[in-house]
Amino acid sequence: MELVGAIIVLIGSIFLFLGALGILRMPDSFNRIQAGTKATTLGTLLSLAGLIFLMPGWWGKLIVLIMFIILTNPVSSHVLARAAHHIKTPLTPQTVIDKYADEENKELDNHKTEVA
Amino acid sequence: MNIKNIIVTTVILFIFWILLDNTFELLNLLLGAGLALFLSLIFCRSCNVFGDMKLTPLGITYTFIYLFVFFIELLKSNLDVARRVISPSLPIKPGIVEVKTSLKSPMGRMILANSITLTPGTLTVDIEEDRLFIHWIEVKTADPEQATNEIVRKFEKYLEKIYG
Repeated sequence: MELVGAIIVLIGSIFLFLGALGILRMPDSFNRIQAGTKATTLGTLLSLAGLIFLMPGWWGKLIVLIMFIILTNPVSSHVLARAAHHIKTPLTPQTVIDKYADEENKELDNHKTEVA
Repeated sequence: MNIKNIIVTTVILFIFWILLDNTFELLNLLLGAGLALFLSLIFCRSCNVFGDMKLTPLGITYTFIYLFVFFIELLKSNLDVARRVISPSLPIKPGIVEVKTSLKSPMGRMILANSITLTPGTLTVDIEEDRLFIHWIEVKTADPEQATNEIVRKFEKYLEKIYG
């Protein structure tokens, strides 16, 4: 039982490590957020799931933690990405398309005509 | 007053009570049920979060199918990111594309956006009415319709059944 838990926690920490590596290696904020969100979600999830095997008495609280992480992790990364785009964080030169920039410019033009 | 909202909120609060309390004594469970009902009656008379959820057997079945599909995608997404991070050449071709959703309910759209963020190579940057802007780590197509088929379809067909 303890061995199973330890192995699951180990796999989780490997994913967390890969997420950290991704944050270092990726070229711009958006790709870093991508690597960060995905690897940490499964990494944290597996670490907590492994703890259920190690500490069976904590299962309820650990499940609550897992649910909160699944709910909040994508929201926070979405808000980070949105804010990064709004302050015009440069995208990597490898970027092939940016539909969102066109949309923001359109909004800005509308605003200008309204003010004028 | 929306009966459905109050019922769903009560059930969720009660489940949280059981998970946090972790003892299965009758008195504790009754207290939890009472508190859950009381709190949702106070705070959820005008909220409209679960209003368009379908509480039919079909809707509940699809909720479970959806959770299953979601976990498979979550696993795939992590392996995908791990592969990209490890490979020395860093194979990425990022870009922000636009996709459309046919979901009407705000809750359904929120779940769709969150699911997209947690699945292979995609990150929701913004949502405006029925258009989602998605950062894609490996852009396969710039055409909105093809991108919609590629990214949104696999979740939408289940969420349509649950949220209409």
